[in-house]
Amino acid sequence: MSDTTAAPAVPLIHDVPADAILTVEDAAIAFGQVRALKGASMHARRGEVTAIVGDNGAGKSTLIRCISGVHAPDSGRITFDGHEVEFKTPHAARDAGIETVHQNLALVEDLTVWQNLFLNREIVRGVGPLRLLDRRAMRSRADEMVSSLAVNVPAVGSRVRRLSGGQRQAVSICRAAGFASKLIIMDEPTAALGVQETARVEELITRLKSEGHAILLISHNFAQVLRLSDAVWVMRAGRCVAGRRTAQTDGDEIVGLITGARAGDIPVEAA
Amino acid sequence: MTTTRTDTATPSAPTAQRARAGGLIRWVLDPANLADWAALVGLVVLVVVFQALNSSFLSAGNIQSMLVAAAILVVLAVGQTFVVATAGIDLSIASVMTLAAVVFGTVFASGAGLLVAALAALATGALVGLANGLVISKGRITDFIVTLGTLSAASGLALIIADGKPRTIISGPLLRLATGHVGIFGYSFLIALVIAVVAHVVLFHTRFGTYVLATGGNAEAASATGVPTARIKTAVYVIAGVLAGIASILLVARVGAAEPAANTAFLLNSVAAVVLGGVSLFGGRATIVGPVIGALLLTALVNGLTLLGVSQFYQPLSVGVVVVLAAFLTRFQK
Repeated sequence: MSDTTAAPAVPLIHDVPADAILTVEDAAIAFGQVRALKGASMHARRGEVTAIVGDNGAGKSTLIRCISGVHAPDSGRITFDGHEVEFKTPHAARDAGIETVHQNLALVEDLTVWQNLFLNREIVRGVGPLRLLDRRAMRSRADEMVSSLAVNVPAVGSRVRRLSGGQRQAVSICRAAGFASKLIIMDEPTAALGVQETARVEELITRLKSEGHAILLISHNFAQVLRLSDAVWVMRAGRCVAGRRTAQTDGDEIVGLITGARAGDIPVEAA
Repeated sequence: MTTTRTDTATPSAPTAQRARAGGLIRWVLDPANLADWAALVGLVVLVVVFQALNSSFLSAGNIQSMLVAAAILVVLAVGQTFVVATAGIDLSIASVMTLAAVVFGTVFASGAGLLVAALAALATGALVGLANGLVISKGRITDFIVTLGTLSAASGLALIIADGKPRTIISGPLLRLATGHVGIFGYSFLIALVIAVVAHVVLFHTRFGTYVLATGGNAEAASATGVPTARIKTAVYVIAGVLAGIASILLVARVGAAEPAANTAFLLNSVAAVVLGGVSLFGGRATIVGPVIGALLLTALVNGLTLLGVSQFYQPLSVGVVVVLAAFLTRFQK
């Protein structure tokens, strides 16, 4: 973190690295009369935590839904891992290596931890219609996944219903991290957690980054963004109005950019 | 069935077995799982009481006739379990059985072979189930209303096809199906048993089964991970329909006729067996063993009361009381 007398921050928008894991150019989408995205551009580098901040309704969730294949943007380009992509479904995005940790976690409470980790990715053996689940293999793989990542290890055979909020978040993140994903999108991963559990999840995020995962983090918590991220994008009214290296900005500047008190890096669209 | 892992330390080979046994005991005594055993406890209590009151209750002959009498209900309860596991309900299951029985009778009487008649019964069940499933999953209409409509429509169709009259079916193989046995196990009970075992494997050892439970547990989460929840919902009604078709063959064999009768007791008892078996009506939690034991319990109850000379009129009353008690127990223990 730098103080305000440091060199002027470099707008990231003019500094797209050649090997960015993800670039979004001019993505726009409208739902009826509501223009949720009005030409948003951003990028994320490999092996970094890239944060997206912005007020409610700024378009953060819509942007990540475009990236994770829930919505298809009306116009604009998304390039992932060197290829231009157009995901029709979340499944397609998942196959390409984009995993999303949903805000509501997308866990089935009555299934066990290992069943959730392998949901729709079950290990089966046998041929043709006689394919049976390899429960043993999934349990032991799940055990490895959970114990190598999470600090607060839940037993893989217990039902998710019995887990604490932090443990559920850990399971959700393990699921996203466990399957050779190239980019993990996390939507408010600590919004519902207490102080200790938040610290554990942050530890997990740092760990994933150190293992080489690229992470896209949506958060309302500026302190957390400054702690965890390498780059920050600020969204306002459906656009990414500014991007900064986290080391070259501070909380005040980000707040100013979010509220519009500070001008962004791109000309404001005439209303 | 799963056993909870009780410790985080990695157990060495000899201690692993002890830890697993300890885990099993803890798993059985866990209140959340104890509810799953309500049916078994109830069955044991009933057996002890009836045996004490009438020593012929546990005679080989009576056990055999009870198991045969339970076969149809077991098959229907298994079908109902798949639907309830997705948080749905199939109120039409018994009338679909009636319709399939009438179709079976009509096709058989037209001179087609037994096999053709049986296939026609299965196809009838599958088609009605598919219609149920599509209207519920694609049409997004409440399962309760859709299957209530099908209940009426299927029994009406059965009356129309049969012209309101029962049709006697005389067939050697069907008679053997109804009366033949291996030891104390009648053929029809063995068929029900095989269906239950297959259903257990499907529910707990295939991807499809996991998707059924996931769809019932949290449909939103399941579709977020790519589970085709609409197709799963359709599929469970098809399964219930096909099993109703199989049950119709057992019914025709047992009665010796294809009747356009209402069979409402079968509907109520199929739901009752599922509830007794500890399956959550909210979906996501299910076993096959539970409803099978629930079906045995209900059959033993009726059989025991008959042996004791209690008037038939008391049977629906007692079934109702037992079911509500079981539901209360389940709720109380959670």
